[in-house]
Amino acid sequence: MSPTNHTVVVTGIGATTPLGGDAASTWEGLIAGKSGVKPLEQDWAADQAVKIAAPVAVEPTEVIPRPQARRLDRSAQFALVAAKEAWADAGFEAKAGEDPNIDPDRLGAVIASGIGGVTTLLDQYDVLKEKGVRRVSPHTVPMLMPNSPSANVGLAVGARAGVHTPVSACASGAEAIGYAIEMIRTGRADVVVAGGTEAAIHPLPIAAFGNMMAMSKNNDDPQGASRPYDTARDGFVLGEGAGVVVLESAEHAAKRGARVYAEAVGQGISADAHDIVQPEPEGRGISHALQNLMDRNDLDPAEIVHVNAHATSTPAGDIAELKALRKVFGDDADHFAVSATKSMTGHLLGGAGGVETVATVLALYHRVAPPTINVENLDPEAEANADVVRGEARKLPVEGRIAALNDSFGFGGHNVVLAFRTV
Amino acid sequence: MAATQEEIVAGLAEIVNEIAGIPVEDVQLDKSFTDDLDVDSLSMVEVVVAAEERFDVKIPDEDVKNLKTVGDATDYILKHQG
Repeated sequence: MSPTNHTVVVTGIGATTPLGGDAASTWEGLIAGKSGVKPLEQDWAADQAVKIAAPVAVEPTEVIPRPQARRLDRSAQFALVAAKEAWADAGFEAKAGEDPNIDPDRLGAVIASGIGGVTTLLDQYDVLKEKGVRRVSPHTVPMLMPNSPSANVGLAVGARAGVHTPVSACASGAEAIGYAIEMIRTGRADVVVAGGTEAAIHPLPIAAFGNMMAMSKNNDDPQGASRPYDTARDGFVLGEGAGVVVLESAEHAAKRGARVYAEAVGQGISADAHDIVQPEPEGRGISHALQNLMDRNDLDPAEIVHVNAHATSTPAGDIAELKALRKVFGDDADHFAVSATKSMTGHLLGGAGGVETVATVLALYHRVAPPTINVENLDPEAEANADVVRGEARKLPVEGRIAALNDSFGFGGHNVVLAFRTV
Repeated sequence: MAATQEEIVAGLAEIVNEIAGIPVEDVQLDKSFTDDLDVDSLSMVEVVVAAEERFDVKIPDEDVKNLKTVGDATDYILKHQG
């Protein structure tokens, strides 16, 4: 193996999502086909066209001490909760340096969000208008900056090899993990804490996404509202939370005897150059990302048995992705069990790539594909192009090396595909 | 009605508890905000703004740097409260 092409593995996972306050409870919810979508109880919801969302199951302030929590944007709180879980899950007992198994100069952090500290920004603007200049919190800037989750996670684990925040809307979390894989592969770091987070359940983003007609207005049936591939799908449901993994060079993991969940094989990236928000209807950009993934990584299409799809429950996007999978993989796509976990978690925007990487890694580790819930009438175009796991979880092949893809796409035409494989 | 020294210390203790999570009984006249009470420079701004509101006093930015201890702040508020 060349010293600049290290194999990368996943050694820790953490999450806080609408289905649970950690990765284990999130996974249980996914496998059980549980929906995290609820009616919005806040007073402001009365004026909104969209009155549903998927809030986190466990408030981060239940686990982060109050003095620390009050100087962190909600998105950074989620990231910290998930990162601390992943860090401990990877077997580290203290921050880098204090735990002799990890050198701070060889540790990175890459945590992304799509929007950044939007609730802090808007809440402090309310303070400015209602109470005046003097009352604006001196913590506002370090709370709202989009690199705040990454920087705070970096501080918590003692990461000195580099702390980064790629931003590509709903592909941000996946891009963060792809960036982290490259940091290790090219020798910049031995270990990187990577993932995505988002906290945007606030009247302004909900009004704005609602006015774009991007969100489901199925207010009467919250748990049935996120329905990727169903003929009645009418947009995404906004979720919140974070998913974080610890990525590590295989050599470093072996040296310290770490448990390995899966290999992080690599990424494929492209951009549509088609429209600022509309997906390219034939999935040309997505095909390009998938092709890049296959061209640039040692991955056999015959190994791929599962896809955690981007599928947000929008009419155009869900089908474009399946067409791209069919176009690139041909008959091999017949053995892809395609799961749209956003049917349960809602769409976590920049957090989605993080949470869905956790789901993809656990699907390989347990050899089970989570279901897509709420598919009552499968869209014929979905049926023609893919094998959608509907209703209940499905077992994946129990023997042999298997691989899975995690797709994430974002407004702006960003396409990121990550690949993972059993070890 | 002007606050007494005791009332000011108790008020500052509540503010520091809210901002830094330090138990109220640990907030004493001789304690340094930064060294003893986990109040960093940004949080000190919060303490000052909360104290201004609570004790009806103006503490200009140039005076804040002289308020090293709870005792410094208490004396300042005693002298300047409205």
